[in-house]
Amino acid sequence: MSEAVMDSGAKEALGKEGLIEDWSRDKQVFGVPWGKAMMWVFLLSDTFIFSCFLVGYMSVRMATTDPWPNPSEVFALEAFGYPVPLLLIAIMTFILITSSGTMALAVNMGYRKNRKATFWLMLATALLGASFVGMQMFEWSKLIEEGVRPWGNPFGAAQFGSSFFMITGFHGMHVSAGVIYLLVVAFRVKNGFYENRPDGYKIVEITGLYWHFVDLVWVFIFAFFYLW
Amino acid sequence: MSDDGTQHPLKIYYIMWIGLFVLSTFSYATDFMADGALRTFLILLFMFIKAGGIIWIFMHMGWERWALKIAILGPPVAILVLIGLMSLESNYIEGSRIENYGESTMEVVSPEHH
Repeated sequence: MSEAVMDSGAKEALGKEGLIEDWSRDKQVFGVPWGKAMMWVFLLSDTFIFSCFLVGYMSVRMATTDPWPNPSEVFALEAFGYPVPLLLIAIMTFILITSSGTMALAVNMGYRKNRKATFWLMLATALLGASFVGMQMFEWSKLIEEGVRPWGNPFGAAQFGSSFFMITGFHGMHVSAGVIYLLVVAFRVKNGFYENRPDGYKIVEITGLYWHFVDLVWVFIFAFFYLW
Repeated sequence: MSDDGTQHPLKIYYIMWIGLFVLSTFSYATDFMADGALRTFLILLFMFIKAGGIIWIFMHMGWERWALKIAILGPPVAILVLIGLMSLESNYIEGSRIENYGESTMEVVSPEHH
């Protein structure tokens, strides 16, 4: 039995029985630190916000009679003398996945109370996140230079620009906020701030939840906006 | 709870990590290699496998109790209703636009590559 389960009188049932027990017994429902439960609730609400943006994008794309710009041409980059479709977007995807991996390792190292490894892995995650935002900025400037605006563009339906800036902008804002969040927690880990706290290094896992969610949203944006 | 998600061997994270790389490469490859319904199917397939892996392994949802799983993963199902309603509505709008304004006469240019 772990410390995470706060007030457990009898043996805890698992599976479907556990589900009924958790909700019906006179005790707190979620056997996790409050910070983790609230992060999940926040991420749930964020899921709805991003879903609304993506469904809005679906609606305007379906409703317009103008031709939709071909993303693999719009987001192509010249490499080795040929235009390679979605090159930068693919690199950004791999960078975000790499940062998710370093974050997962940081969480594990946090639970092993390996402060040094946790710090460096979180720092690496933050740097990868920052480079992702940098590439997003490059992508935005390139598109703006080519005449893509929220109200129109030379390649097709005007709704392309508004969806693009809205969705990637909101995601980029999440990544930027995540980088700051990661840096704050990383330096606190380094300074031993969490050594004598009741929840100890669970904060690393909570930060990790947020970071993995940012990666998760990118999976959907990549599929629906860039590939579809 | 016998396993609170704090002491896993690192192996599962490395497998998940490599899996994400491979699946993303597949996703990217659909852009060159597949068309039509197959392409749509593959994009969605790889998307859901990646999303599931991230939630289940990286976000530790697989090790949480069902009370939390249901509370967090249940509500997003409602989004399917929104998707259904909005696609009906958008189809109708497109139809009425064509009926009233005719087909698009927009002239488009092909994106240049820098």
